Amino acid sequence: MTEITHHISEELLTAYAAGSLGQAFSVAVAAHVSLCLECRARLAAVEHVGGAVLDGLATQSVGGDLKAAVMAALDMPAPAEEATAPRRSGIYPGAVMAALKGRPPKWRALGAGIRQCIISEGPDGSLRLLYIPPGQAVPDHGHGGLEMTLVLQGSFHDETGQFGVGDIEIAAEELEHTPIAGQGLACICLAATDAPLRFRSWLPRLLQPVFRI
Amino acid sequence: MTDPTPRPLSLQTVWLLEVRDNRSRAAFAQLFDFYAPRLKGMLMRAGMRSNQAEDVVQEVMLSIWRKADQFDPARAQASAWIYRIARNRQIDMIRRENRPLPDALILDEEDSIDDAGQVLALDQEGAQLRAALARLAPEQRAVIEQAYMGELSHSEITAQTGLPLGTIKSRIRLALDRLRHDLRDLR
Repeated sequence: MTEITHHISEELLTAYAAGSLGQAFSVAVAAHVSLCLECRARLAAVEHVGGAVLDGLATQSVGGDLKAAVMAALDMPAPAEEATAPRRSGIYPGAVMAALKGRPPKWRALGAGIRQCIISEGPDGSLRLLYIPPGQAVPDHGHGGLEMTLVLQGSFHDETGQFGVGDIEIAAEELEHTPIAGQGLACICLAATDAPLRFRSWLPRLLQPVFRI
Repeated sequence: MTDPTPRPLSLQTVWLLEVRDNRSRAAFAQLFDFYAPRLKGMLMRAGMRSNQAEDVVQEVMLSIWRKADQFDPARAQASAWIYRIARNRQIDMIRRENRPLPDALILDEEDSIDDAGQVLALDQEGAQLRAALARLAPEQRAVIEQAYMGELSHSEITAQTGLPLGTIKSRIRLALDRLRHDLRDLR
């Protein structure tokens, strides 16, 4: 296993721990942490600060019957849903499998051998998988807002560096980049944005307003 | 069997270990008295009304009781563990989708034995963290609370980098290095 060199920023880890990241970014962060021991430890450190903040927080008095209700419920069986979280399957961490609802990805051809599986899409962001054949370039694309790209198989490189399995690229809105898949295995990436998708196929940019791409 | 707990361990960690090892209702009641009003404060800061917040507090406290066997004081302080559980339950209940979580580390039996030295070190670090937070100027402390209580977006957190977080950042760094070291040993 190659060393992971591209990590998640302290700020994004804090936002994840605090619950202020949207669903798509949260999947990407949880998936990266699944693959990266360093970020697992850094997330634990962030949660320590969170715990210290919680301990020092101003209190809100709770109703007297709440404690009685909780104590009375201790012997009740746990709800079943807690045991059924999807687990890692092949190259896909549990958080990705959960987003896929436990099923394998359904790929759609985009042209030039590139495939895409849109997992979720909405005004607050999108989550999708990309499949890029070895050596293939993904044409220039900008993105509204922030984009996180996590490599799950193979590798890619672009103007900013080299990305292997477990590496995550955090690209700000300004970045116009041309990722090129490495040789060897096809590159499979998880891509999360906090803005609507800008490209879904190889249609020219000027058609974007018409086709919502 | 756990020996009588050494004095330096925080009360919260002692209570949670009592719940984990002996299923102690008395210790759980202590945890409830300490954390329920804080958790309610955390949830009301997130915009919940009082009765709604109490529903979530109930779920979080029950999760603490049910998941106590997963608590490892060599890896997390009680407060950090409870902070994480509270966030997970809160988001599961508010959003329709479950909160995405990292895969669990698969640990060997022998690895999960509490390391007394590590437990103590982590616990003392937690105490120093709390002290460092308490020493901050009120406005600095307010921003940190906002960030960790989920009141700031990630870009707002990024915009706060100029804040004097030196003490806290160094505490984080220490915890990080030790945890990372531990985790590497487990591989």
